[in-house]
Amino acid sequence: MKPLIALVALLAFAVSPAPAFANPFETKLANGLRVIVKEDPRAPTAVHMVWYRAGSMDEKDGTSGVAHALEHLMFKATKNLKSGEFNKRVAEAGGRDNAFTSRDYTAYFQIVPKAALPEMMKLEADRMANLTLDAKEFAAEIKVVMEERRLRTDDNPTSLVHEALNSAMFQAHPYRRPVIGWMDDLEHMTWQDARAWYRQWYAPNNAYVVVVGDVDHREVFRLAQKYYGPHKPQALPERKPQNEPEQAGIRRVSVKAPAQLPYLAMAWKTPKLRDVNKDRDPYALDVLAAVLDGHDASRFAKNLVRGSRVAQSAGAGYDGTLRGEASFTLDGQPAEGKTIADLEAALRAEIKRIQDEGVSTEELARVKTQSIAAQIYKRDSLMAQAMEIGGVEAVGLSWRDIDLLLDKLKSVTAEEVQAVAKKYFSDDTLSIAVLDPQPIENSKPKKPSGAVRH
Amino acid sequence: MKQCKLNAPHPHPRPRAGLLASSLRSIIVGRLQVRFMLICLLTSLASSLVLAGVKIEHWTAPTGAKVYFIETRVLPILDVQIDFAGGGAFVPEGKSGLAGLTRSLLEAGAGDMDEEMISGRVVDLGARLGGGADSDRASVSLRTLSSKKERDAALELMRTVLSAPTFPQSVLEREKGRTIASIREAETRPDAIAAKRFAAAIYPGHPYGVSPTVESVGAITREDLVAFHSRHYGAKGAVVAIIGDVSRAEAEAIALRLTEALPPGGAELVPPPVRKPLRETIKIPHPAAQSHVHVGLPAISRSDPDYFPLLVGNYSLGGGGFVSRLMKEVREKRGYAYSVHSYFAPRKLEGPFEIGLQTKRDQADAALKVVDDVLTEYMTKGPTPQELAAAKKNMVDGLALRIDSNAKLLGYLSTIGFYGLPLTYLDDFPARVKAVTAEQVKAAFARHVKAENLVTVVVAAD
Repeated sequence: MKPLIALVALLAFAVSPAPAFANPFETKLANGLRVIVKEDPRAPTAVHMVWYRAGSMDEKDGTSGVAHALEHLMFKATKNLKSGEFNKRVAEAGGRDNAFTSRDYTAYFQIVPKAALPEMMKLEADRMANLTLDAKEFAAEIKVVMEERRLRTDDNPTSLVHEALNSAMFQAHPYRRPVIGWMDDLEHMTWQDARAWYRQWYAPNNAYVVVVGDVDHREVFRLAQKYYGPHKPQALPERKPQNEPEQAGIRRVSVKAPAQLPYLAMAWKTPKLRDVNKDRDPYALDVLAAVLDGHDASRFAKNLVRGSRVAQSAGAGYDGTLRGEASFTLDGQPAEGKTIADLEAALRAEIKRIQDEGVSTEELARVKTQSIAAQIYKRDSLMAQAMEIGGVEAVGLSWRDIDLLLDKLKSVTAEEVQAVAKKYFSDDTLSIAVLDPQPIENSKPKKPSGAVRH
Repeated sequence: MKQCKLNAPHPHPRPRAGLLASSLRSIIVGRLQVRFMLICLLTSLASSLVLAGVKIEHWTAPTGAKVYFIETRVLPILDVQIDFAGGGAFVPEGKSGLAGLTRSLLEAGAGDMDEEMISGRVVDLGARLGGGADSDRASVSLRTLSSKKERDAALELMRTVLSAPTFPQSVLEREKGRTIASIREAETRPDAIAAKRFAAAIYPGHPYGVSPTVESVGAITREDLVAFHSRHYGAKGAVVAIIGDVSRAEAEAIALRLTEALPPGGAELVPPPVRKPLRETIKIPHPAAQSHVHVGLPAISRSDPDYFPLLVGNYSLGGGGFVSRLMKEVREKRGYAYSVHSYFAPRKLEGPFEIGLQTKRDQADAALKVVDDVLTEYMTKGPTPQELAAAKKNMVDGLALRIDSNAKLLGYLSTIGFYGLPLTYLDDFPARVKAVTAEQVKAAFARHVKAENLVTVVVAAD
C-alpha cells in the first residue's frame, strides 16, 4: 500500500493552481480595455471586477483623498441611473457589491448569481463614462468620507502611527500621503476636483475587467464588447516618476493618542519587484518576512511573543508588488512591563541573528509548504482568485506571472535570505514611528473639524 | 456560519504581507467597512442546496457526537469543525475569560507535544487550525489538504489537541498577561467600550452581558481550565461538521476518531433565562472625535418562530446595506455616518437586536433622532410592498453566493448542528423567506423590539 499512498499524496500536492488548459483567458478591446476571465464552474456564481490604474499616488498635494472620494461618488447618479439605483439593482439580483481604493489603484466589484453578470457589466460600463456628479451629491458624500476618516484614522492610534511613518519615510514620493486624504484637504475639496479626477483617469484604456466564476469566456468577451466597447479611449495625464531621493540617516517620529499600550513601527527602504525573471532580492525579502512572521511557528511568534515574552504582538511585512516604492516593515506592541526600547532591541536582534547565522532549510521548507497549500486553498474562493489576478495586473505584471512568482519564491536559497538581511537593514534607510499612549482621562476631545465648508 | 469570534483567542491574528498575499492591505480604504457582526448575520442567514449534487448527510457517531457531512470532491481539501456548548455563557461567576482561554490553550500543549511542536507540525502539514469561543460555542476547525498522508496527520493532531490538552502553567500565565493587556487596551478604545457597556446593559445579571475583566482573568487557574474542558468538551454535546474530499465511510471514521477520546462530560446545557432590560440611555465620556452609538435589546433565540419575519424585515430596516432605510436616512441623505446598520444575532437564548453607528460627536443627538424616527416609522407601518419584495429577492436569489465555497458551507453545517435547526433548513429557506408577510414583520417587531426595553449607549458623548 505504501507506494500508492505516497502517489496519492504526490498527486494532491501536484494539483496546479492553473489547470493545463488555457484558463484564464484574456482579450483586449479596440478601446484599450483588457478583459481577463477565469472559468471556475464550481458554483453558479460570478465575481465581476473593474480595476482602474489610478490610486492615491496619482493625486496632487491639496487634493489628497480625491481618488477615494470619487470611489464613493461612483455609486451616485449617471446619465442613465438615479442615485442609489446601482446598489439597488445589485441587491435585487441577489448580489453584493463594494469598492476599494489603494495607493496604486481603485477597484469596484460585484459578486452575483451568474445569471446577473450581463446586468452587472452593463451597470459598471455605464458608470465608467456616464457619471453625472453635482455639488449637492458631493456635499453629502464628502461628509461620509470625513466620518470614515475619523473612524479609521483619527480615533485609531495605530492608523495615526502609520500615517506618521509614511509621511516621515517619504518626502518626495506620493506614498507620503494617506489614501483617505488629509482632513484639511477633504474639507476643501470641491465637486469639481472629483469631476476632474473622473475625467482624467476613468477611461477604458486605463482599466481592466476581471471576471471569475461559472462563465464561458467567449460570452463574457462578447458582453464586454457590447457594453464597454463603445467607450472612447482618451489620452491619460503624464505620470511623473516622483522617485524618492536616497535617505541618509534614521528618521524618528512619535504620535500621542489615547491608548494603553505603546506601539512601534519600523520601516526600511527596499527594492521592489521590477523584473519577474531576473530579480532575486524581492523574492528573498518576501521569504525573510515569512520566516519572521509568516505563520504561527515563525520566529517572531516563537521567540518574541512566546519565548522571551518581550512582545504582546510582533509582525513583519514586505510588499514588493506595487507601483511605488517598497519597504520592509517590523512592528509590534511591547508586553506589559517591557518598553518600546526593549521591543525595538528585540526586533533588531532577530534581524541580526539572520545576518549572522542565516536561516535553516527547515524554515525554507515551511515557507514553501505554506505557499503550496495556500494556492490550493485559494481555489475555494472566487473572490480570492479575482483579487490575485487584479492585484498583479495593478502593478504592471500579468496574471501569467502568478505561477512564475510562486516558482521564484520556492527557488529562494538560505544564502539569499541571509544576504538581503545583511544588505537592506541599515539605519541610514530606516524610519521609526512610535505611539506614545495617553490616558483617556487627560485627553481632550479633538476640535470638531469639518464643520465649516468652503 | 463562521462563528462571531468576540474573543478571538488566537495569539497571532495578524494579516500576512508578501508578494503572494492578497493585495488587500491596511492601506486600502473601502467604501463600506462591513461590521463583523453584520458579516456573522449575513452568513448565518441563508443557505440552500444550490450546488448541484451537494447533499447533507447526518448521523450520530457511536460516541454520541452529532455529525453533519457534505461530500464534495472538486478540490483536494478537507474542512472539519467541532463545536461544543463551551462559550462564555457557561463560565462560573467571576471567571469571565475562561471560555476563550480554554479554547486558545488547547494549542498550548497536548499529548506529548508542547506549543512549539504543535504550531510547527500544523505549518509543516500545510494545515490550518482555527476556531474560537463566543457566547454559546467553543469551536475548533481544521483545514487540510485531503491527500491521505497530510490529512491523517492533521486529523490526528486535531484529535490530540481536542482530547489531551495539557494546559501548561507557564503558558497560562503568559496568556493571562496578554489577555489582561488586551483588556486594558480595549478599555481605551471607544468602539470596545461601547460594545462592552451595551452588552452589560441589555443583559443585566446574565452571562451574555459579562465581559472579561482584569480581575476575572487574573482569577483563572489551571484547574479552572481543566474542569471547563472536562465539563464542556465532551463527545455527547459535540457537533462535528465535515466537508470535502472524503467518502461517507471516511467521514464516519474521522468523526469517531476525533470524538472517541474526548472527556466524558458534555450533557445538554442551556444558559440561565434572559431578563429584559428597562429603557435607559447611558452616556460615557471619551475624548474621541466620533461618538459610538448602540441602540438595542435582547431579541430572539435561534429557535424563535419569528426568526424569518425578523430577518426578512431587518433587511429593509438596516441589514440590507445601502438599500436599507437606516443607510439612506443616516448616511446617504445626511452624511452623518460612514457605517450604520441593524442586525438580529440569534443565540441559544435571546440574542441581541442592535442598531449601531459612529458619528462626529457634536451631531450624535441629531443622528440618534434620525435612528429613532426611522425605527418608530418602521415599527408602526412595517415594510412597504416594494421593500418586502426587494428583501425577498435579494435573500432568495443571493443564496447561491452565500454557499459557493466549502468554507461557507462548513459554517452552515456547524450552525445547523449546534442550534438543532432542521436538516431541511437549507431546502426550506427560499420558501420560508417568500412566505413572510408585511403583517408578520410588523407583529414580530412589535413582540421583540419594545420601546420600554430599548437601551441606548453613547460613548464619547458631549
